[in-house]
Amino acid sequence: MLKIKDLHASIDDKDILRGINLEIKAGEVHAIMGPNGSGKSTLASVIAGREDYEVTQGSIELDGNSLEELSAEERAHMGIFLSFQYPVEIPGVSVTNFIKTAINENRKGKGLEDMPANEMLKKIKDKSELLEIDRKFLSRSLNTGFSGGEKKRNEIFQMAMLEPKLAILDETDSGLDIDAMRIVADGVNTLKNKDNAIVVITHYQRLLDYIVPDFVHVLYNGRIVKSGGKELALELEAKGYDWIKSDVTA
Amino acid sequence: MELKDKLISSFWGLDNSIEVSDHIHDMRGDAIKVFEQSGFPSKKEEAWKYTSLNKIVNRDYSLESKSDKTIDFSQVKKYFLHDLDSYAIVFIDGVYSAHLSHTTHDGMDICLLSAALTKPKFRAIIENYFNKAANKDSLVSLNTAFAHEGAFVYIPKHKAVEKPIQIVHFSTGHDSAMLLQPRNLIIADENSHVQIIERHQSLNNHPVFTNCVTEIFGERRSYIDYYKVQNDFEQASLIDHTFIKQEANSQCGVHTFSFGGKLIRNNLNFSQNGEQIESTLKGITIIGENQHVDHSTMVHHNAPNCESHQDYKGIFGDQSTGVFNGRIVVDQSAQKTNAFQSNNNILISDRATINTKPQLEIFADDVKCSHGCTVGQLDDDALFYMRTRGIPKKEAQGLLTYAFANNVLESVKIPELKQRINKLIANKLGVNIGFNL
Repeated sequence: MLKIKDLHASIDDKDILRGINLEIKAGEVHAIMGPNGSGKSTLASVIAGREDYEVTQGSIELDGNSLEELSAEERAHMGIFLSFQYPVEIPGVSVTNFIKTAINENRKGKGLEDMPANEMLKKIKDKSELLEIDRKFLSRSLNTGFSGGEKKRNEIFQMAMLEPKLAILDETDSGLDIDAMRIVADGVNTLKNKDNAIVVITHYQRLLDYIVPDFVHVLYNGRIVKSGGKELALELEAKGYDWIKSDVTA
Repeated sequence: MELKDKLISSFWGLDNSIEVSDHIHDMRGDAIKVFEQSGFPSKKEEAWKYTSLNKIVNRDYSLESKSDKTIDFSQVKKYFLHDLDSYAIVFIDGVYSAHLSHTTHDGMDICLLSAALTKPKFRAIIENYFNKAANKDSLVSLNTAFAHEGAFVYIPKHKAVEKPIQIVHFSTGHDSAMLLQPRNLIIADENSHVQIIERHQSLNNHPVFTNCVTEIFGERRSYIDYYKVQNDFEQASLIDHTFIKQEANSQCGVHTFSFGGKLIRNNLNFSQNGEQIESTLKGITIIGENQHVDHSTMVHHNAPNCESHQDYKGIFGDQSTGVFNGRIVVDQSAQKTNAFQSNNNILISDRATINTKPQLEIFADDVKCSHGCTVGQLDDDALFYMRTRGIPKKEAQGLLTYAFANNVLESVKIPELKQRINKLIANKLGVNIGFNL
């Protein structure tokens, strides 16, 4: 589904990604781990199409189509979703209205008519029940005054509504207590199927107890320096990142 | 002939043709002398430093509507809140339009200033209130000299008006360029309650220059909710002077929505004359092209235990310019005053300009006063966030701008008006957002 080849990216002439190779197939869950500043969030932003970063070399393809010339919204229309570490507050626009806008803009992008109102309502009802979100929450202003857990749950709700092919969850566990993390992870697990893929970006192993990855990659200094199965995450948890760093520099 | 000379010479002809009391007659004579002495304000004056009237006053205007115009309701329906049951006082090129209006004398007076100025039964009210809140600035004096038409609203004691009043000034452009000088007088007597929506609307893209004065009196325990909607075509200019005089325990709020016109200047002047008064001044400005909007506010606290709240949001595109000049004066006697002022601006173009200047003059020692102003751009993180959800850049900018202005809209208490303003904002931002805001 997603093929990244020798990806280099920089911001303000500073190289952040220095040759990433990664292939993700439908039905897989990949975890990307690594110390702070290794380029994890940059990778997520570059895949999602943030214009501040310049891709200096290499390619990203989704289902064989190059993403190079596509804007963030066009990538979203193709099925890429990025859950933010710090979701943005938008006062005056309710959760419901925001998701309605997003869904209809996605449909417009695909040349479809707006979703009929009754279908929309049913979908909102189904997905919010799935994630145990109550109605009051849906009428609140997007992320405004939300707790960390509420913000992350709202991200997963949007993911459920938009049904992306590839969902990238950037530090979804940061700022969550164990109960909130379980709810978010349960949501992600129910959304997982054989046709979509999920990339979990995390600093710590604990989220991976709940969202079990098929592959774990360690990012360091802009490169994937180690890949393995879910055991790799446990190993990192036990030993920290220092052994990776010394392995690389050795 | 220069506009100033034309105005002065036409004054004497006009003054003799209108039947008014000696009192009003003398007032007009004094006012035209003030204008004759000071003329149109120039950028040399501190209060007009950022707003030049040159382009507006250096041209000819007709001072009176020549043809007898009627416009069909269907032509102007969209400018009314027609889904709202309301009273309406409507003027076309400064002339009252009976068939578009809905006035009353039943238990209150919602009618024409010309009637109030001439009918004996209003004499006492006119002598008590007319020109008593307005200052003697040259443009205000110019309006006073010519003032003969506008809205007159008198709400007696303990009366709560059951529906809003719409005051609408249309200009048609059927004549050549026109100078309009409406004059409104609003009196909310003790413990009364009234909501008013005032709109200036040009119907074509023609040069019209409106120099409008509104005096509002809020007696003890009265409650006034006033909304100004300014959405003219790009050749129309509006200079608005609104004076509010409030007595003890009264509340008055003025919302100003400035979305269009060549030049808009809003002089909004609150004077508090008793304890426990609340004054609210809020505004949203969204302009582009070469448009210019100037908000010049003044709140004068001269009694203890009063509050004022100011919150103005501005969104400036293209080469537009904005000015915010917010003055608060707290007299020595006005202890325990709470005065807040905030002015936040977004420049969505590199060529747009905003000049913002708070001016606090505090002579009392036990007060809470705060002010803050910001100038910024739309948040890149927020734009990217929306775009990752599939919302295109332009729509995302629209939603964010809407969100930025939202807390001012929140305090609009007429739902139909709020919805209308929402639509105007969406149109103004050129976005079709997938839901009714």
